[in-house]
Amino acid sequence: MTNLIILPIFIPLLTGAILICLHKKIAVQRIVAVISSLGTLIVSSIIIHKVHQDGIQSLNISSWDAPFGITLVSDMLSAMLVCTTSIMALACLLYSFKSIGNERENYYYYPVFSFLLVGVNGAFMTGDIFNLFVFFEVMLMSSYVLLVLGGTKIQLRESIKYLLVNVISSALFVIAVALLYSVAGTLNMAHISERISAISGYGMPGIVSVIAVMFLIVFGLKGAIFPLFFWMPGSYYAPPAPVLALFGALLTKVGVYSITRTFTLFFYHDGFVFQLLSILAILSIIVGVIGAIAYWDVKKIIIYNIIVAVGAILYGVSVMNPASIKGAVYYLIHDMIIKAALFLLVGNIIAITGSANLKKFSGLISRYPGLGWTFFIAALALAGIPPLSGFVGKLLIIQGGFEGNSFFGAAIVLMSSLLVLFSVMKIFINGFWGKNLTFEGEEKAPVKWLLISPIILVAISALYGLYSEAILPYIGQASDTLLDPQIYIDAVLKE
Amino acid sequence: MKKTNNIILETALKALLFFIVLYSVYIFTAGHYYPGGGFIGGLMTSGAIVLLLITYDIKTVQRILPINYRIITAIGLLFAIGTSAGSLFFNVPFLTHAFTHVELPVLGDLSLHTATLFDLGVYFVVVGVTMTIIQTIGEDE
Repeated sequence: MTNLIILPIFIPLLTGAILICLHKKIAVQRIVAVISSLGTLIVSSIIIHKVHQDGIQSLNISSWDAPFGITLVSDMLSAMLVCTTSIMALACLLYSFKSIGNERENYYYYPVFSFLLVGVNGAFMTGDIFNLFVFFEVMLMSSYVLLVLGGTKIQLRESIKYLLVNVISSALFVIAVALLYSVAGTLNMAHISERISAISGYGMPGIVSVIAVMFLIVFGLKGAIFPLFFWMPGSYYAPPAPVLALFGALLTKVGVYSITRTFTLFFYHDGFVFQLLSILAILSIIVGVIGAIAYWDVKKIIIYNIIVAVGAILYGVSVMNPASIKGAVYYLIHDMIIKAALFLLVGNIIAITGSANLKKFSGLISRYPGLGWTFFIAALALAGIPPLSGFVGKLLIIQGGFEGNSFFGAAIVLMSSLLVLFSVMKIFINGFWGKNLTFEGEEKAPVKWLLISPIILVAISALYGLYSEAILPYIGQASDTLLDPQIYIDAVLKE
Repeated sequence: MKKTNNIILETALKALLFFIVLYSVYIFTAGHYYPGGGFIGGLMTSGAIVLLLITYDIKTVQRILPINYRIITAIGLLFAIGTSAGSLFFNVPFLTHAFTHVELPVLGDLSLHTATLFDLGVYFVVVGVTMTIIQTIGEDE
C-alpha cells in the first residue's frame, strides 16, 4: 500500500481528534487509546519488515515529486524508532490507567498523549527539515500540556522554565533553517545533502559549519547535551510517572535522532563539528554521572542517567565509523526501552513509599519482591551487564572509539558504566535492602497493575539483548544509511 | 452585573456583525485565488463573536450561539484528517487533492477542490481554538 508509512502519524492523529469529542467518557477513551497504540505498533512492525526487504520507503505527500513536496522517509533507523515509540506508548498508557487519576483523564490526557505520539513519530519519519520543525512543535506543545496538566505548584513552576527554554530553542531552530535555506535553497533533506556536498567540493564553507553548530545548539537543547541540559533535571522532576517515562524515553531521543540525522546527512564533510560533538558528548557523560551519583533522590538519579546515555549515543555518532554508529543505534533503542522501564519502576516505588528520597525508605524487597527484582534487572541492563541489552551497544561504541583512535572518549564511556551501575545500585541497596519499614497509604498503591508495564519493558530489553544476533542485521541496515548518505538521497530523489 | 445602557453599541453591532461574518466567509472562499483562506477567515469569524462577547456577556452569547468550541476544534481536525484520509481509500499518496469543474446555473463555471474541505477544517479549528481561549480566560474568576 502506498500510504503505509503515513499510518504511524495518521492513526494517533485520528485518535486524538476523536478523543477530544469523548473527553468525559474515561473508559471509552482508554479503550480507543489502547486500540490505536496497538494499531500503531502493528503498522510500525510491518514497516520495519518492509524496509528490511525492499530498502528505504519514501512517500511524496500530495503526489508532488521529491524536492518540491514534503517527503516522508522511513529508513531502518526511523522505522525502528517508531516501533520502539509505539511500545513505549503502549506501556505508558497501560501504566496511566491506574496511576494518572481521574481529574487528569477528564481533562484531555489521552488526546494530548496521542498528539505527542503524532509529533514524535512525525519527527522520526519526516524527510523535510521544516516539517521536522513542525513535528517538533507538535511534540513540544503536547509535552507542555502533559507537563502542566494537574496544575500543582511544582508543575506550574517547571512548565514555565521548560516552555521558555523550548520557545527559545524553537526560535533558534527557525533561524537555523532560514540560514540553511538561504545557503542550500531547498528544504528537502536529501536535496540539502546533495547541495551541501556540491558546494563543499573545495573545502567546507564557513557558513555551513556555522549552520551545523546552530543545529547542534538547537537539537542539543531538545536532547539535553552538556552545556544545554540545565532545564532538564527540574522540568522532568515535575510530571507524574507515566508522563515522565514518556518524556525520558522519547523527547530527548528525538533531539538525539535529529542530531544524528542532520550530522550524518548534511554535515558529514565537516571534521570540526564532529570534534565539537565528541567533546560535548564526553562532557555530557561526565556531568551526567556526577549528577547521577550525587543525588539521593530516585527520580533525579534516573534523570541524570538520561544525560549519560545521550552523551554515550552522541559520542558513538561523533566517532562515525561502522562499529560506533551501529553501537549508537543499538544503544539508542536500548536506552529508550530501559529508561521508560526505570521511570515506571521509580513511579511504582514512589506510589508505595510516597517519597522519592532514598533516605526515607528501605527494605522494600521483603514485601515487593517482584518490583525489587525487576528493578535489579533493569539496573543491570542500564549499566550494560553482558546478557542484557545495554551491553552490545556500549561494546560497539567502545570498539568504534578504539578503532577511531579516540581512546580517551572510549575510556570515559567505559568508566561511566561503572558509575551508572553505582548510581542505580545505590537505589537498590538503600531502597530495597535494609530495615523493613511500612508506609502510610501503602495498601492503596495498585502495585500489581503498575508492575505490568515495567515487566513487559524489561522483558523486551532482556530479549533485545539476548537476541542481539538476530537484531544486528536490522541495526546494520540502519547504520549503513547513516554512514552512506547516498543511499538515503537515492531513495528519496529516485534518480 | 451592572446594567449599562450601551444602545449605540448594540445597534451598531446588528449592522456590523452581518458584514464581518460575510467578509470572513468571502475571505475564506476566495483563498484559492486571492489572499485569504481558512486561517484569516476563521480569525475574522472569531472576531465577530468576540464583538458579540464585548457587547453582551458570556451567558447571553452562549445562549445565542450554543456551541461547544472544543467540539468545533475536534470537528475541524476531523475535516482535515478526513480530507486527507480520502487518499487512503483511493490508494494515492497521502493528502493528494482532487478537483473537478462544475457548471452551475447561476454561478457559472466553478472548480470544486477538496483543498477547500481541508481549509474548512482549518477554519473550524481556528474558530474553535480562538473562542476556547477567549471564553476560558473570560470565565476565569
